[in-house]
Amino acid sequence: MILMYIKAFLVGGALCALGEIIILKTKLTPARILVCYITAGVILSAVGLYAPIVKFAGAGATVPLTGFGHTLAQGAISAVQEIGLLGAFTGGLAAASGGIAAAIFFGFLAAVCFKPKPKQ
Amino acid sequence: MQKSPSKQQFIQQYKRMVSAVTPKSKAAQGCLRAFWVGGVICVLGQVLIDVSMYFWQFSYTQGACFASISLVFLTALLTGIGIFDVIGKYAGAGTVVPITGFANAMVSPAMEFRPEGWVLGTGARLFTIAGPVLVYGIAASVLVGVIYYFLVL
Repeated sequence: MILMYIKAFLVGGALCALGEIIILKTKLTPARILVCYITAGVILSAVGLYAPIVKFAGAGATVPLTGFGHTLAQGAISAVQEIGLLGAFTGGLAAASGGIAAAIFFGFLAAVCFKPKPKQ
Repeated sequence: MQKSPSKQQFIQQYKRMVSAVTPKSKAAQGCLRAFWVGGVICVLGQVLIDVSMYFWQFSYTQGACFASISLVFLTALLTGIGIFDVIGKYAGAGTVVPITGFANAMVSPAMEFRPEGWVLGTGARLFTIAGPVLVYGIAASVLVGVIYYFLVL
């Protein structure tokens, strides 16, 4: 159990440190980093490289945005297995719907509840 | 005796040396900060998965979904009260790469552009950064599904 937390810390931290290196070296904006990470997650997951990392590090691999891509890809693949070609279109979003709906809902709620702070 | 460079020149040279060296140590510091903050966020995610699996008998997938939703909620709350920006400034990619970065990228402009109206301000700006992320993520996943269909099945 404790080992799992250590592994989650190390792998999750490493993915973030890699992001920091990419930001510093290439001057990519955070938005592009997010796009790169989610696309990389989808591709790595599709070729079967990401599932072992998830198995090894748990949330260390699923919490970073690559894990979001992994969820999308695995959702699409398993839906294709179940219902055929239609699943390619329904599976990804269905699997990732929780996080997306939460981000939309809580984002909207925060905009309703809080006034933006003036930037220093 | 050879003429030594004047003091002015010497200072200039020193400054050049400093500026050549500084970014590297800053990069190391940035990576370290991103590493430990990002690591802590992932550990928090793991705790949320374990707690939900233990108390509510969630499956692992459900637990991971619960962890994502909780982290998104936390990010929205911390962004709302202005704490997230402080953490983000310290941690750099440490808060961008986890799902917290995705959530913050939605919450932050949604709040900021509220004066432009509920529809074209908040409603539209929610997706300034999340939009591209979803476009590429979903498009890639559809492509993966289609390729899988023709290749494997």
